[in-house]
Amino acid sequence: MYFDNDECKRYARNFALPEIGVRGQRKLKEAWVLVIGAGGLGSTAVMYLAAAGVGVITIVDYDYVEESNFNRQVIHTQVGVNKAKSAEYFVNNLNPHVSVLGVDEKVTPQNILGHIDGFNFIVDCTSGFDSKFLINDACVLYKKPYCHGGATGTQGEIMTYVPGSPCLRCLMREIPFDAPSNEEVGILGPVSGMIGCMQAMEAIKYITGAGELLTGRLVKYDALETRFQTIRFGRDKDCPACGDKPSIKLSIDRYRPKK
Amino acid sequence: MVKVNGKDLDIAGKTVREFLDEEEYPLSRIVVELNGEILPKAQYDRKFLDGDVVEVVSFVGGG
Repeated sequence: MYFDNDECKRYARNFALPEIGVRGQRKLKEAWVLVIGAGGLGSTAVMYLAAAGVGVITIVDYDYVEESNFNRQVIHTQVGVNKAKSAEYFVNNLNPHVSVLGVDEKVTPQNILGHIDGFNFIVDCTSGFDSKFLINDACVLYKKPYCHGGATGTQGEIMTYVPGSPCLRCLMREIPFDAPSNEEVGILGPVSGMIGCMQAMEAIKYITGAGELLTGRLVKYDALETRFQTIRFGRDKDCPACGDKPSIKLSIDRYRPKK
Repeated sequence: MVKVNGKDLDIAGKTVREFLDEEEYPLSRIVVELNGEILPKAQYDRKFLDGDVVEVVSFVGGG
């Protein structure tokens, strides 16, 4: 693995960091990162992962760009285009050294293993707790590190899971299907941008080994007060996903509200 | 006084559940941190607040 002239210039500021350097940059170039969702969080995460020089980025999203996305989903420019394909187009223009693929598909309990298999790190940029819990459960089951992110209104949150660390279900047992969506309560671009940026940083930290991951810590961001809260939590041995006797199975019924 | 999310509130003597119900917090997607430790849901009825530092954390699921 070597860097050509263009890459050497492009990544000069990464090389200069003692925590990254040529070694870390090489790890980034060898890394495969999956971003699920190319909305507000995903737009930002994809942009910074690609700029940082992650070698392979796949984006999965089944949604299509609408006018109401433009206040925050900064990589999309054309209405009616699939968001994963739009993200692929953006990355190809931003950094030609990244191998990028946009996949127009919905991640489901049946196909999620096929999607996450082979990737070094997964970034959850989906909307809705049903898909967030699905990604959590699948990553715990198949021992995949991932970063959870959420942004609604003027609030955001982020935590990272690696095999053996506490997971999302240690904090919240059941999927809160009653949570309001961004269509209902709104969302400001800088809020999802902040969290998406931090998610990209978690992926970079995991890949390069730099710094401390957000494992066992949920960071909450209040954009109006500019307040960060860190909630430290441990692995719950009774957690249905990562506990000593896990009971979670990836069945369709589990990820939709009970009637 | 009880410090809730950084603000002093005059709610001493109430249980955690009474406070949460009055403020209409959605119990399905919150975690309560009491003096730096997560308070199990089973203790919401039993814990009377007095001089505590409480953080009520609501989860957000948007993307």
